[in-house]
Amino acid sequence: MKRRDFLKQSLLASGATLIPSFLKGMESMSLDKISGYKNIIVIQLSGGNDGLNTIVPIKNDIYYKLRPKIAKSLKDTIRIQDNLAFNDNLKEIASLYDEGEMCIINNVGYPNPNRSHFRSSDIWHSASDSNKYINTGWLGRYLDANCSNPHHAIEVNKGLSLALKGEKLNGISAENPKFLYKNTQETFFKGIATNVDDTMLSEDNQGYLYKTLLETYSSAAYINENSKVYKTIQTYPNHKFGNNLKQIAQFINSGLTTRVYYSSLGGFDSHVNQLPKQDRLLKIYSKSVGALVNDLKKQNRFKDTLILTFTEFGRRVKENASTGTDHGTANNVTIISGSLKQAGVYNEIPNLQNLDANGDLQHSVDFRSVYATILNNWLEVDDTQILNSNFKKMNFV
Amino acid sequence: MAHFFSEKELQHLYWRAGFGLSADELKKNKKYKKEKVIDRLFRNSEKENLLKTEISQIEVENKSLNAKQRNELQLKQVAKLEEITLEWMQQMQTSEEVLRERMILFFTNHFSAQVIKAKMTLDLHHRIRKNALGNFGEMLLEVSKSPSIITFLNNKQNKKKSPNENFAREVMELFTLGRDSGYSEKDIKEAARAFTGWSTDQKENFKFKPFLHDEGQKTVLGQTGNFKGQDIIRILLQQKQTATYLSEKMYKYFVNPIVNKDHVSIMATAFYNSRYDIKTVLKTMFLSNWFYEEKNIGVKIKSPIDLIVGLGRQFKVAYENPKSIIFLQKKLNQRLFYPPNVAGWPGDKHWIDNSTLMLRLKFPAATINKGIIDVEDNAIIMDSMSTTSNTTEGSVKPKLQNGSNFLTKKIKATANWDLFLISVKGKSKKDLIDFLLQPKLSAVAKKILEASKEENTKHFTIQLVSLPEYQLC
Repeated sequence: MKRRDFLKQSLLASGATLIPSFLKGMESMSLDKISGYKNIIVIQLSGGNDGLNTIVPIKNDIYYKLRPKIAKSLKDTIRIQDNLAFNDNLKEIASLYDEGEMCIINNVGYPNPNRSHFRSSDIWHSASDSNKYINTGWLGRYLDANCSNPHHAIEVNKGLSLALKGEKLNGISAENPKFLYKNTQETFFKGIATNVDDTMLSEDNQGYLYKTLLETYSSAAYINENSKVYKTIQTYPNHKFGNNLKQIAQFINSGLTTRVYYSSLGGFDSHVNQLPKQDRLLKIYSKSVGALVNDLKKQNRFKDTLILTFTEFGRRVKENASTGTDHGTANNVTIISGSLKQAGVYNEIPNLQNLDANGDLQHSVDFRSVYATILNNWLEVDDTQILNSNFKKMNFV
Repeated sequence: MAHFFSEKELQHLYWRAGFGLSADELKKNKKYKKEKVIDRLFRNSEKENLLKTEISQIEVENKSLNAKQRNELQLKQVAKLEEITLEWMQQMQTSEEVLRERMILFFTNHFSAQVIKAKMTLDLHHRIRKNALGNFGEMLLEVSKSPSIITFLNNKQNKKKSPNENFAREVMELFTLGRDSGYSEKDIKEAARAFTGWSTDQKENFKFKPFLHDEGQKTVLGQTGNFKGQDIIRILLQQKQTATYLSEKMYKYFVNPIVNKDHVSIMATAFYNSRYDIKTVLKTMFLSNWFYEEKNIGVKIKSPIDLIVGLGRQFKVAYENPKSIIFLQKKLNQRLFYPPNVAGWPGDKHWIDNSTLMLRLKFPAATINKGIIDVEDNAIIMDSMSTTSNTTEGSVKPKLQNGSNFLTKKIKATANWDLFLISVKGKSKKDLIDFLLQPKLSAVAKKILEASKEENTKHFTIQLVSLPEYQLC
């Protein structure tokens, strides 16, 4: 038997369908074929974005009373409805809202909230209860259960977040496909990768290293070869986050078979002098997402895309003594898509009268309900298997 | 049990109990009987070697600081933590007390905390350092009373009138019994009451605050009394489950990520019967036959620290800018004093993803040979260049890609090759493979090494440490 056939057969026998691309060419899908091929983009606003100054409860006296120095005044907002308005740095986001392409879900969180950045971030990534520690992410488990290739989930950022780590498969970190590819071109390592045979199939740690090596080579080649189909002419903000979203648009419009994209924008930890800091970041966010959506619309891919934006926690309602806010709890989550079933403000706005003992917002929607809805209604997979529990589905898609 | 260890067994022992052996140390140990080798391992680790990084100039945070001063202080704290990290890394790379350093690394992950305060961090580190080869019960009490753990697990917010269960929960779930192992939510609530009042003063020292303490009666794990924090620690140590949980964790760390329940039970009994003497449980492992079974050798994925320190010791690596070590720790996801959460680094396969694996593979050559891996004498490697090059662009002759890469530019380091080459003089290729690589070779590695016509020991060594096999120990 030829080695190539052997590899193919043993891979099939093992249940995996991973065929390294240097053994068998893998192709992106042409635009007519890929139409309807749904994907999601997950964006984390890292550091804990202050939801109340992002989507502002403009008619609420408590808001203005507890934030005498940092509340957004009416003139610095863009109206959503009578009692709610966008921070006026979210112009592009506001126009998506007006087009019926955005859904705002208020008061999203989880029981016994943790106010540590990294712990709360882990909870959102792993979709665990706040007193449980799970070492895999919800998107990693999606990969495990439904995908054959690591490149079905790509993080366009440095490193790989917990969210994209599965038990069997990890997503691929590919901030720059050229760099990723170059990283695999050194003669010695390429020599190893090309000569890997059945060792990659073993379950032990050595097998795992070789398997990851092979997956890296195959994904790097796949992404490199297939992401050049589309060259964007859309202008993005000259910022790392803007570049990352541009890269994602390039991937989607080139017809990659990737289902999950992940990126993040950091710097939201506004303990001190919040207003200028947060406003600047929200502007970058809005302009970048606006550009991304425009780009996708040009190739008619926005209808196949869902953008989930979250942050690890909201911030304390009352401002602190340094014109900033401290770590809080529940927050809004936004969904942007060309195929929403329900756009607009999904549920009740934050109740500032009913705060917890720390003066933080109480959640009414478990964040895992949002995940379950996306998994089940959008990606059309079994959410209970991935989230290890049955969370109530919502109606936004 | 035979009288002497084989070279492989010695290297195995030292990779697990330390950070690997140099050829000279290996030679020396080969002369000793097994018991003597183990005995030396322990005796060489008697010194505590407290870190010397000076932290007195860092003022303690207080309420009178304004926002700008607070920010400045925070930056100083981060810089100080780097200093502490680099001193500890240096100590791991050069110290004779390898077993102690190894145990500190183990317990630092067992008692995971992240406070980004130099004084508290160093204090916790020293509490662990002093007890790393002593009594686990004493270490548990010392660590539980450390301002770092008290702050990190919110026990300052644990007050009679408003109990905070975090500390009590983690003491049971992570430090002693293990998750869902013989305690109930009620036990946590009651234990939390006993820990009320364990706090810190304004200078970040431990302080018991009687006015916050709940004097009432508590019932924890079936025992009732007007317990204080130390009583809960005592009760937890009375549970054999604590010895079992710790033994299982040690087994996974020192022996094999796949647990053998019988061996864990032998360890747990020895640990419990010795009243938690850490040396006893370690000796139970290191003196057993099963520790050296082939299925336990070369099956552990080195942590980033293992990888950096192990290479550093073997090749006497000197970093032009020691901050490269911080860079590596960040890139490889093990920045000391910044664990991912209170449960610590999960380790094993979790170290590996596509971005860390490529960096890990390139790290040895980048550090000891400017990224250059000589392959021209290897037919298999050279062949693969033509078969894998992109043929769509015609028959361009494939170019050898070697040397300078992103990592090489970031890490500027040198190795002491003279010393290494003298120490391995006379070793055959097979000897070198056995010496540097712990696992059984994969088919690929075997094929590549068999094809190597490389007669230059240095070049061959660099090939060896660049193989995926070097990532295991």
